[in-house]
Amino acid sequence: MLQTNYFPWNYNDPFADMRRLQGAMNRLFDGGRSSERSGAYPSVNVWVGQDSVVMSAELPGLTDQDIELSVKDTMMSIRGTYPEPETGDDIRWHRRERPAGSFLRSIELPFRIDPDHIDARFENGVLTVEMQRPEDDKPKHIKIKSS
Amino acid sequence: MAQELTPQAAGTVVRSKGETEPATLTFTPAVDIFEKGDTTVILADMPGVASDGVDVTLERRVLTLRGTVKPHAPEGYRRLSSEYREGDYLRVFTLSDEINQAKINAEFRNGVLRLELPHAAEAKPKKISVKAA
Repeated sequence: MLQTNYFPWNYNDPFADMRRLQGAMNRLFDGGRSSERSGAYPSVNVWVGQDSVVMSAELPGLTDQDIELSVKDTMMSIRGTYPEPETGDDIRWHRRERPAGSFLRSIELPFRIDPDHIDARFENGVLTVEMQRPEDDKPKHIKIKSS
Repeated sequence: MAQELTPQAAGTVVRSKGETEPATLTFTPAVDIFEKGDTTVILADMPGVASDGVDVTLERRVLTLRGTVKPHAPEGYRRLSSEYREGDYLRVFTLSDEINQAKINAEFRNGVLRLELPHAAEAKPKKISVKAA
C-alpha cells in the first residue's frame, strides 16, 4: 500500500525537529575559535594582578560608541550591537561569516571593583578593561604578636 | 566573486609553528563578501592586528589577506581564564573577475579590513582572424 508521509522527518519522534534546530544552533555558535565551550559571546580573557584585574575581548567592527560597559560589585557586563550590514538593491551577497546583531555578556570577577578606577580601551577591535580593587576590599595584613 | 582557494571554516587554526618557542597560531579570519554594482567588497575580521600588520597581495587572480598580530599580555598579571587565543590571520581567495588593480581600495579600521575591488571594464572581445592556408 502506498503511504504518504506528511512529515518529512520521523513523526514518531515529536522532538526530532527541535533537536535539529538545536543542532543547527550549536553549529552556529560553535563554528568559531571563540565561544567554543560556553557559547557565550564575546569570548573573554581575564588576567589578575595583585589588586587589579584585566579583561579583554575581541569585538572587530565595533567602535567604542557601540560598546556599553557596566560594573556592579563583582559583576561586569558588556553590551553591544554590531552595525547593520550594508543594504541596497544592487548588493549581491556571497558570504556572510562575520558576527552581527547584539550581545550581552556578564562576567564574574574574582573581587569587587572600584567603579571610579576603571580604564577601558578599544584598539584594533580589541576591548581591554583594567579594573582596580577598592581600597577597603583589599586584604589586610594582620600582625601576629608573640608573647 | 571570490572563490576560496583552500576552503576553510572561519576561525579554524590553519597552522601553528614553533615547537619550543611559544607557538604562533594562524587563524582563518571571518569574512563578508558581497558585490555592489561593479565592485566586489570583502570585509575580514582581524582583531588585534594593527594597521601596519595587514598585508594584502593580489597576484594574477589570487588574493591573499594576511594579518600579523601583536600579542599582548598585561605585565605582572597571571592568566585567570582564557576563552580565545591570539594569532595571525591568513586567507586566500581566487577572484573570478578581472580587477582594476589601479583602483583597489583597502582600509583597516577597528580590526576589520575592508577591500574594494572594482571590476575591470569589460575586456573587449578580441577578434582573431584565421588565415586561410
